[in-house]
Amino acid sequence: MKRYSIFSLIRNALSFHDGWERVWRSPDPRPEYDVVIIGGGGHGLGCAYYLAKDHGITNVAVLEKGWLGGGNTGRNTMTIRSNYIRDVSVPFHDYSIELYRQLSRELNFNIMFSQRGMVTLIQSAASSRDAMRRANTMHIYGADYRVLSVAAVKKMLPILATPANARFPVVGGVYQPRAGIARHDAVAWGYARMADAMGVHVIQNCEVTGIDRVGNRVVGVRTTRGAIKANKIGIATAGHNSVVAAMAGLRLPIETKPLQAFVSDPVKPILEPIVVCGGYGAYLMQSDKGEIVVGGAEDPYPSYQQRGTYAITEEIVSGMVETFPIFKRMRLMRQWGGMVELIPDSTPIIGKTPVEGLTIDIAGAGGFKTIPVAAKTHAHVIATGHQHELARGYGLDRYEKGRLVLETGVGSRDLRRV
Amino acid sequence: MLLIPCPHCGLRNEDEFVYGVASTKKRPADPSAVSDAEWADFLYFHDNSKGRVRERWWHARGCQQWFMLDRDTLTHRIFGADAGESA
Repeated sequence: MKRYSIFSLIRNALSFHDGWERVWRSPDPRPEYDVVIIGGGGHGLGCAYYLAKDHGITNVAVLEKGWLGGGNTGRNTMTIRSNYIRDVSVPFHDYSIELYRQLSRELNFNIMFSQRGMVTLIQSAASSRDAMRRANTMHIYGADYRVLSVAAVKKMLPILATPANARFPVVGGVYQPRAGIARHDAVAWGYARMADAMGVHVIQNCEVTGIDRVGNRVVGVRTTRGAIKANKIGIATAGHNSVVAAMAGLRLPIETKPLQAFVSDPVKPILEPIVVCGGYGAYLMQSDKGEIVVGGAEDPYPSYQQRGTYAITEEIVSGMVETFPIFKRMRLMRQWGGMVELIPDSTPIIGKTPVEGLTIDIAGAGGFKTIPVAAKTHAHVIATGHQHELARGYGLDRYEKGRLVLETGVGSRDLRRV
Repeated sequence: MLLIPCPHCGLRNEDEFVYGVASTKKRPADPSAVSDAEWADFLYFHDNSKGRVRERWWHARGCQQWFMLDRDTLTHRIFGADAGESA
């Protein structure tokens, strides 16, 4: 693999850009691999990368039914943060930020990680108490989370409106300086390129149609490009985890619902940090191209359509314009949805399943931010057979044991409205 | 916007309703008599199929009754609604 650098850029510019290499090989699938990863998004590609890098396991295939990162990896709003509240959640998510911080260098691929900080508006007494509790928990783990006064919030967000008759008045804010965003496609591509360079087979247009078992053990998969044997299979197909798991006779405690996002026309720089408007269930940031990227709470009923209902789009937009009236005349350019898998305790499910040789990585509502740490811990359990310390308590068996890790730090809505 | 056929009120907009769960299971009469696996199964493991499912919905801003909705999670086509196992 020829490394990217200012020198390679100059060299290629001087030779009419004819010399750039293919970013990954796209080989035909072999009849057998040591490990098959189902799902070519950030989590699946990352898992293959860490299998190769951390454990020297390179006889691996990543099977993607469509194009790399075409699922939730290509549909999220790029937010990376670690403001969680459970003992196991804060280190897990904080480590992900640490991995993201140096990922461009590690993968020799510019993922455009921008640690611009995140402000969460406090719009109720309950969320004020929650913010304090969260801040204290995070300080115990050395993560920075600052409570802000209304004046301090307005200084960070000059365009914030605080009218006297606001539906949800802003009474303060919390700020996580190390939160940020990254170019989501680049994360998938960066992992794919490095994994491929280390020998992993990255195979697109290859849909898994069945998982073969002998007794309670997986022995391989059936795909649209032939059968592939493998004794270790990892599932990372966010949105379709229930569908794929069912192929192995496995049921999951998840619910697939749309999570919408939209972008505006590019506008001049006007929003520096990521802003979460908890009272309205809307959050915004400004991309490097100037577009205002907006997201909100998930749609209220399950769907695999990757679109979402207009009723929720309207709800998110109304929250956005109430908070930032300057955006009332902005044009929205594009709207789409992903398929977020809601988990009963809002905590990832990573590790072994009751089926031998089959592991799974279900991120839940915080999929993009956890790509590096979830992929690394998933690779760990595939390679060693043991749960990684960072993901302790994240096993699928916690529901039967009654050991839920009840996390409430997910999502953008702090009031559950009926 | 889904038009949902409430068994009592007829066709109403989706925002009059609250989605419940895609499960037709009845709560075990004696939770302490069932195994941990069965109890976890009842509480958390529901039908997340990509296709036709039976779901419990609540007409929160209408008759306030629960009912079963027969719906496809990919096409959003609604096949019917009945009081069914929600009772």
